[in-house]
Amino acid sequence: MEEIYAKFVSQKISKTRWRPLPPGSLQTAETFATGSWDNEENYVSLWSIGDFGNLDSDGGFEGDHQLLCDIRHHGDVMDLQFFDQERIVTASSTGCVTVFLHHPNNQTLSVNQQWTTAHYHAGPGSPSYSSAPCTGVVCNNPEIVTVGEDGRINLFRADHKEAVRTIDNADSSTLHSVTFLRTPEILTVNSIGQLKIWDFRQQGNEPSQILSLTGDRVPLHCVDRHPNQQHVVATGGQDGMLSIWDVRQGTMPVSLLKAHEAEMWEVHFHPSNPDHLFTCSEDGSLWHWDASTDVPEKSSLFHQGGRSSTFLSHSISNQANVHQSVISSWLSTDPAKDRIEITSLLPSRSLSVNSLDVLGPCLVCGTDAEAIYVTRHLFS
Amino acid sequence: MEELDGEPAVTVIPGVNSKKKQMCFDWGPGEMLVCETSFSKKEKSEMVPSCPFIYIIRKDVDVYSQILRKLFNESHGIFLGLQRIDEELTGKSRKSQLVRVSKNYRSVIRACMEEMHQVAIAAKDPASGRQFSSQVSILSAMELIWNLCEILFIEVAPAGHLLLHLLDWVRLHVCEVDSLSADVLGSENPSNHGSFWNLVTILVLQGRLDEARQMLSKEADASPASAGICRIMGDLMRTMPILSPGNTQTLTELELKWQHWHEECERYLQDSTFATNPHLESLLKIMLGDEAALLEQKELLSNWYHFLVTRLLYSNPTVKPIDLHYYAQSSLDLFLGGESSPEPLDNILLAAFEFDIHQVIKECSIALSNWWFVAHLTDLLDHCKLLQSHNLYFGSNMREFLLLEYASGLFAHPSLWQLGVDYFDYCPKLGRVSLELHIERIPLNTEQKALKVLRICEQRQMTEQVRSICKILAMKAVRNNRLGSALSWSIRAKDAAFATLVSDRFLRDYCERGCFSDLDLIDNLGPAMMLSDRLTFLGKYREFHHMYGEKRFADAASLLLSLMTSRIAPRSFWMTLLTDALPLLEQKQVIFSAEQTYELMQCLEDLTSRRPVRGESDIQQLQDEDIETTKVEMLRLALARNLARAIIREGSLEGS
Repeated sequence: MEEIYAKFVSQKISKTRWRPLPPGSLQTAETFATGSWDNEENYVSLWSIGDFGNLDSDGGFEGDHQLLCDIRHHGDVMDLQFFDQERIVTASSTGCVTVFLHHPNNQTLSVNQQWTTAHYHAGPGSPSYSSAPCTGVVCNNPEIVTVGEDGRINLFRADHKEAVRTIDNADSSTLHSVTFLRTPEILTVNSIGQLKIWDFRQQGNEPSQILSLTGDRVPLHCVDRHPNQQHVVATGGQDGMLSIWDVRQGTMPVSLLKAHEAEMWEVHFHPSNPDHLFTCSEDGSLWHWDASTDVPEKSSLFHQGGRSSTFLSHSISNQANVHQSVISSWLSTDPAKDRIEITSLLPSRSLSVNSLDVLGPCLVCGTDAEAIYVTRHLFS
Repeated sequence: MEELDGEPAVTVIPGVNSKKKQMCFDWGPGEMLVCETSFSKKEKSEMVPSCPFIYIIRKDVDVYSQILRKLFNESHGIFLGLQRIDEELTGKSRKSQLVRVSKNYRSVIRACMEEMHQVAIAAKDPASGRQFSSQVSILSAMELIWNLCEILFIEVAPAGHLLLHLLDWVRLHVCEVDSLSADVLGSENPSNHGSFWNLVTILVLQGRLDEARQMLSKEADASPASAGICRIMGDLMRTMPILSPGNTQTLTELELKWQHWHEECERYLQDSTFATNPHLESLLKIMLGDEAALLEQKELLSNWYHFLVTRLLYSNPTVKPIDLHYYAQSSLDLFLGGESSPEPLDNILLAAFEFDIHQVIKECSIALSNWWFVAHLTDLLDHCKLLQSHNLYFGSNMREFLLLEYASGLFAHPSLWQLGVDYFDYCPKLGRVSLELHIERIPLNTEQKALKVLRICEQRQMTEQVRSICKILAMKAVRNNRLGSALSWSIRAKDAAFATLVSDRFLRDYCERGCFSDLDLIDNLGPAMMLSDRLTFLGKYREFHHMYGEKRFADAASLLLSLMTSRIAPRSFWMTLLTDALPLLEQKQVIFSAEQTYELMQCLEDLTSRRPVRGESDIQQLQDEDIETTKVEMLRLALARNLARAIIREGSLEGS
């Protein structure tokens, strides 16, 4: 990881996302979007890491990312997802959900669609509405699901003016993040350590399943689903712990891994290489977890920042008789046999790393220190 | 009080008529509110239209510059790295670390300067272009001062090496020569270029003799007539003894060699070898350190410190640090020649040459429009253990004072407050108090931001602030009718009173609606339930509902009874609990034992006997009381029947 490029951008970055590649494409990622927060004026920006040939001569060195275009965003960008190649969906602290459209011809962004009061608080006994921050958004063309501090879940469809489905009071506490489990099921995590599975086929506002951490009610901040094994889910909590869940069985996590020293803001399985996982945290660290088990003597290879991960596993003994090859490396929790190699990716720690995204060999992350880090050689 | 160092600058607020009206103001952190009062200045009040606005005056405007934000953020990382440098490190390794840190700071300033320069060039309207250009010159001056301080205070180069550093310093900051060189070399016939001799002179002035030699060889090629003297000049340049970093030569050896070389130059001058070529003759005079010849090149030297360094190079290359101030002062006087007076930058540099650190910092504080520079420089010099003795007559030492000022400025900015936290951390005396005062004033518009602020407080064991932030969030949640969230926040703050308040709201809602909201939270309270009695009751009461739902009637019954007898349940809720007991009393099998039934009866009597006797009452109240009476009657009946069944059952069980 020698080649990690940093660029200071004069705004605190809350989200970074790669633009998805067209299906069947052999290119590597070269465009990503960022959202800022806590500025007087916040922006959604598109960046390119492509080579600009001529730029190399006058100071811009290879690998440095260049701003393509940006647009004002009302409120903090709480979450940001690519809907498709051209469209970006953002969640705002004003409770607004916006779809931005990128015009590649003249490199501009414009508002394509907006649901202004997607999330709101209804005052006690009065019809007065005050907006509630929208905290998470997830897209699966044509559907968009949003969650918020108001504990509400909205299902939108692109090109529909109104929400297709709204679950009021879905959660008594703040919903922090949402992801698709398998259509039409979604998974949410909340501020009292619960993981809830919702099925849009069912009416009513009850989740179809609740999983939770035991006792401590430690808030969960992020969730990601294994790209191939849809029952394997990773979450990150306020105490910096990484939890791996098997949603098919039990209501408790399969393993709890001691990780960061403060809130884990995001966790991502590598989309095409899911034995690799990436996490970032308020403590200013960005970690690469490698669970591919083919390297012997891993414990000696632990890098700086990566402590030997202690398994507090609720070991599932009946896993042993399942055929070995189908078990995800994340579910097998024999600490003696499988060690996870952890590498710290950022050189020095300072302020929170709020967001990260991986695509192919490329990784991008954004921090409160107003820097965007990009590397194009993740597995070198 | 010390006397003022200079007249304070006057800030004119457009729209406010301070001549006619009295003004009022209020201090804020880093900002000031100013408005007109309705009082006029003189007693004879003439009607003057007053200004309807309140103005916010910011003193640290540089904080709001988009480009300087990069400087603040990037230097924040360097600052943290510096604080973590091991105190144990001593001698060489420590010094090299500190020099590295200093160079990092300078490279950040340079990066900013370059970007600002680009923006200034690209600026569309001339006004903003000028503004950016002036920022560029400020940044450039900052880097110039910093670099000199690095050489003199951090590097502490000894005689000989000192001059090499100073030469580098001048070369770095007088850099027009590079573009000139490219221009001249790019032309078809360099030696005929109008600026050819200017270029050669500048190269000699900067001590870049190798390059000057190459230039001369071009001249020699072009005009065979002067080839001979060019070669002689080239030889002189080549043989000038210099101290090279890797060389083990002693200073005395060098001085001796230099003396020889100097005498050789002198001889050429007396022989009038170069008399045919005035350019070469003036070069020779420069190389002899001739002050008059040097001052003739004022235009090319562009400033007095360049003059100083060139003068030292050709007259006293092994100058000792302690002698610098003498040469500096005389160079400044000679260069300005009484025509103009020194500017702030000159004074700062002069103070540095005099090794007067405090004067440098003081002058910089007055001259520069931000605290960034002095705060970071002072901190670095403090790490070099150069500022120990200096204590201010207020608060803490100078390093801390400047860091506090800088950090407060960051906190006044809507988004840079996170950087300020770390600066406060490294202010041992007043940092903590300042942080406590500032952190509570950060507006919390989302929970995520609140979590970040909370994390800062929790890491520093600022329990008071943690409690107050949680309370704010809990209050907000209550106002938004988000009871679950409110309860979560009061649990996190361990705020028993507020937890009781929220629990009461839950119970009230239950009484009104007959069902609980936010079950996902209440059912998962765990140990947090013990925070307040009311919360315990809420949790236990839900447990009762669970047991009842699972038809574990005996457990449910004893739990229900214990809630009342242990006095955990608020009295106002007893009637509801007793009503909940009704279906249990009416079950086929006996659930409450005789003894439990007695206790239930006791509770009921307690409740009814203490009922206040009301006087006049309207119809609604009468109706309510009617329902109440019926309830009590039904309960009494059920209790009596249950008691009878229980006695029979217990009696027969004992008998058998």
